[in-house]
Amino acid sequence: MPLDQTFAGRTWPPTETYLVGREKIREFARAIGATDAEYHDPEAARALGYPDVVAPPTFPVAITMTASRQVVNDPALGLDYSRVVHGDQRFVYTRPMVAGDAVVCVNTVDEITTRGGHWFLTVRTEVRTEAGEPVVTVWSKLVQRGEEHP
Amino acid sequence: MNEILEPQTFRVTRADLVRYAGASGDFNPIHWSDRIATGVGLPGVIAHGMFTMALVGRAVTGWAGAADAVKEFSVRFARPVPVPDTDEGTEVVVTATVKEVTEDGDTRLALTATCNGDKVLSLAQALVRKR
Repeated sequence: MPLDQTFAGRTWPPTETYLVGREKIREFARAIGATDAEYHDPEAARALGYPDVVAPPTFPVAITMTASRQVVNDPALGLDYSRVVHGDQRFVYTRPMVAGDAVVCVNTVDEITTRGGHWFLTVRTEVRTEAGEPVVTVWSKLVQRGEEHP
Repeated sequence: MNEILEPQTFRVTRADLVRYAGASGDFNPIHWSDRIATGVGLPGVIAHGMFTMALVGRAVTGWAGAADAVKEFSVRFARPVPVPDTDEGTEVVVTATVKEVTEDGDTRLALTATCNGDKVLSLAQALVRKR
């Protein structure tokens, strides 16, 4: 199924505020086996100069994947999620995310391309605090595999 | 000569995928249902790409010395990581080579991740603040 290439370059309004919770960071850190104290213990995190427990580098995707549904679930885009695999992932950090951050996400479709029956959708998500302070920029490239390649 | 960092090995079981699905909110059934995974042409249940990237991230923060030392981090998911329904699961081995020290004094790491000898990532790298 082709994607609507007019989506390229489009930016969506900021998503609702996501409050980064201490227990969510701990849960995520446990799930990836990250046992370092700064992910779990606020005192240890503060001793290292963070205001609260700090999120592991890939944690923001737990927020941005949900936020990007405003793009990928738009029926007008034409994405068949059952055929989607994750192609590329990139993070550029302004600062680490910490418990207590109240963040919003702004999604932009950077690129839509097609090659060999496959479609490639790159979504850029700018994660910033409610006050507008940038935290991290996240790029996700999704690949919708062609029908002849199940 | 480019410095080669100590390889890190991570074991991945089905239980890890269940935990990661819950923690990340990614409940795509290819990460927990053999029926659905094989139905879309995969060898069986595969790890979330972002779980593999998270393991690479653990290696990177370990080498860099702190979570906030990582300035940029990117990967391409080249091959899936099949996770058999056994107690042993599978293993992902992460290696890194120092590619350059930038003018700002940051270190660029070239990263690899392999599973059963196959490279599961390509074009993987991280830029870390030198300590």
